[in-house]
Amino acid sequence: MNNQLPMTTTIYVARRILTMNPSQPDATHVAVRDGRILGVGPLEDLAGWGPYELDERFADKVLMPGLVEGHSHLMAGTFWRFTYCGYFDVKCLQGRNVAGSPSLEAVVAALSVRAAGMADATTPLVGWGFDPIYFGARRCNRHDLDRVGSIRPVGVMHASGHILNVNTAALGQAGLLRTGITHPGIPLGADGLPTGELKGPDAMGPALAVVGLNRSFLGSDEFGIRAFGQLAVRAGVTTATDLAATLGDGEVDDLVRVTNEATYPLRIVPLLRLIGMTPADAVQRVLALRLRSTEQLRLGRIKVVADGSIQGFSARLRWPGYYNGAPNGLWYTPPETVAQAYRLALTQGVQIHTHTNGDEATEMVLDQLETVLRTQPGPDHRFILQHCQLADAAQFRRMKALGMGVNLFANHHFYWGDQHRDITVGPERAERMNACRSALDTGVPFAIHSDAPITPLGPLFTAWCAVSRLTASGRVLGANQRIGVMEALRAITLGAAWTLKLDGEIGSIECGKRADFCVLEDDPTELGAERLKDVGVWGTVQGGRVFQA
Amino acid sequence: MARVPAILIGGYLGAGKTTLVNHLLRHAAGRRIAVLVNDFGEVSIDADLILGAEGGVLSLGGGCVCCSFGSDLVGTLAEVLRRQPAPDLVLIETSGVGIPSAVARAASLVPDLRLEATVVVADAPNVRARAADRYVGDTVQQQLEDADLLLLNKTDRVEATTLAALQAWWAADHPRTPLWPTVRAQVPVEAVLGLGEKLQGEADSPPDAGAFSPQARPFAPAAEVFEFGSLWLNGRVDVQALTAEWSTRAATLVRAKGIVEDLQGGLVSVQWAGRQAHIEPWTAPIDPSKVGRVAWIGLRGSSA
Repeated sequence: MNNQLPMTTTIYVARRILTMNPSQPDATHVAVRDGRILGVGPLEDLAGWGPYELDERFADKVLMPGLVEGHSHLMAGTFWRFTYCGYFDVKCLQGRNVAGSPSLEAVVAALSVRAAGMADATTPLVGWGFDPIYFGARRCNRHDLDRVGSIRPVGVMHASGHILNVNTAALGQAGLLRTGITHPGIPLGADGLPTGELKGPDAMGPALAVVGLNRSFLGSDEFGIRAFGQLAVRAGVTTATDLAATLGDGEVDDLVRVTNEATYPLRIVPLLRLIGMTPADAVQRVLALRLRSTEQLRLGRIKVVADGSIQGFSARLRWPGYYNGAPNGLWYTPPETVAQAYRLALTQGVQIHTHTNGDEATEMVLDQLETVLRTQPGPDHRFILQHCQLADAAQFRRMKALGMGVNLFANHHFYWGDQHRDITVGPERAERMNACRSALDTGVPFAIHSDAPITPLGPLFTAWCAVSRLTASGRVLGANQRIGVMEALRAITLGAAWTLKLDGEIGSIECGKRADFCVLEDDPTELGAERLKDVGVWGTVQGGRVFQA
Repeated sequence: MARVPAILIGGYLGAGKTTLVNHLLRHAAGRRIAVLVNDFGEVSIDADLILGAEGGVLSLGGGCVCCSFGSDLVGTLAEVLRRQPAPDLVLIETSGVGIPSAVARAASLVPDLRLEATVVVADAPNVRARAADRYVGDTVQQQLEDADLLLLNKTDRVEATTLAALQAWWAADHPRTPLWPTVRAQVPVEAVLGLGEKLQGEADSPPDAGAFSPQARPFAPAAEVFEFGSLWLNGRVDVQALTAEWSTRAATLVRAKGIVEDLQGGLVSVQWAGRQAHIEPWTAPIDPSKVGRVAWIGLRGSSA
């Protein structure tokens, strides 16, 4: 445990403690010793443990188990180096409100302000979180970004992560400022030159390097790890994943070092992405990594990506396919490789989380696990389907039968639900996307997530998305998939912990578990379903240490 | 800088793409080949070909290198072309579920690269089933569609009647794409890499007969599978007629190349690759005695 803590007992009193423990769902006092929960109950019961210090700073606050984000990326922290260009307001690392940009003009203005503060005229400028679907038909082009800077390369990353808008200078440095380009991801203007919108990894690649957003930088940035910790405190999160890490030795050294600091407020669970190596190598690698795990850094899990994304038309859908007639998407990992990875992982007790967005991808993965389990036992394997946006009821029944869990992309429904209804999958299937109610009713253990930075880190907002099924336009999309407030709160605590096999250590407030709490200004059950996203977060307690947001 | 030629190698898992790549590297005949693979996980270069590894790049014998491009093909290609000395030829091996035409579109973003042909390797015992698979069927079909040359590999593992049926199926569905039956992906390198690009202006040499080494046990003796040859076209040549004639033989002609004098008296390079002819003015110096020589390689039945 953390050596910085004194070996004394601290008893916190709170207005209410929502424990998530069905044996004792409510309490007012919790005793903490050595970073763990010594007990929960009335003060006179806890006093039986011996001398204690009563800490009353939370007397008017509500405590919940520290929130668990089961699908996020550390690069969400790194992006805060750059200029936010999103439509919605967000809170910065210091907790101040950062206004969203309601128009392209506003985006250009925000970037220009940043540019004005940069001493060197040649340094690249990066914006992030851009989502032009709110701006109507007018697409951002290089001339817009030339107003931000004509010498320095300027790149604006879309929220989806699939598209990058650049200025003329960036195009030039990337070798793309020429006529004769015939690539579907690089639209051309009337002058025969690229407009500056670069769609998909091939088109974005050279420009990302020019603006400094290459993979190696995004993967292991100490500023980003620390910034992510700040975001977590602000969001009430005490354990979070990094869902697609490369985890080279140097990267792991940095993670171990930073997360072990006395003031680092977060437990990180990185997953090794199965790419660029064989399944056998990946399993061997995570087994070796597992030995380096610490209290605050839990290594040893694998992430497999089966297909792409629905809004990017790269997800694999079953018949009848995309609503607008777009051709089926791409396999990222062939079935044989999925099966091989599953088999090897099961023999070694390694957990695998698999990204599937389209329902055909989900079906393929279910087939592979079913086949493997026929000859290779995997008791309590807890293989998780991540996103699983389009699964139908029969697929949830298969998940149940196979012992799988699911982490559903509730946030996606808010941000892109209207696009799914109108363009990608059509009204009926859009209603069943991110189907939390189906998971609950079928008995499939589930969590819900943000996939930060694709959408902002904030499990209470994610819970609100699952409870309301509201889209950004204000329409309820799939009322029958709504879940209740307590069910959603369980999903962002114990539910997520279960998907990480950490439900014995975190996710509820009871004796023996980690002293991880989120400290709330409001009682979510009092505020109710509509205002769940407005619950104020004071900060967190993590491993018995207090962090104010 | 003259554009560096590139060859795409596609095909589903287990078809033999890696075997082909190793075979090509072994018979590179002095060509400095840069092999780009989607990820090192799917490909293993034979250990005896590897001299060393540094910074993610494997050094192979004969000045060849191998690196993985992951999700940044364009950047990796640009880097590889900046190497000193630059490679003579780039081989891009797609992933087992990669779509060659999509990879080709990405490669087209590199101005110093000229994609010559897409070679797809298929697995004789399994290709029909794979093309009908409920999950990967459309992916495999697209790969086959994208092929300029299909290497039907592992023909030693099917009966002669099955092979004949496969050839008939192919001829019906892809009448303009040659199907080259192989065992262990053993094929003359010229069929994949092109006819002697190495020395500018110099005549091509006959295909490397060493490609069929004594250790290999081809399904059929080489002479029954392919032919190669050269012909001399003296004086001015009707290039359009020549390439039209090649086009009629698309099902069996794999590569052809030569420098001839066109009807206007100018020198042009004519090539057959990628199921079509390519004609370009030839401006480099050339020994006059080489003008008019056209070399070709194709399946049996290709000869004029």
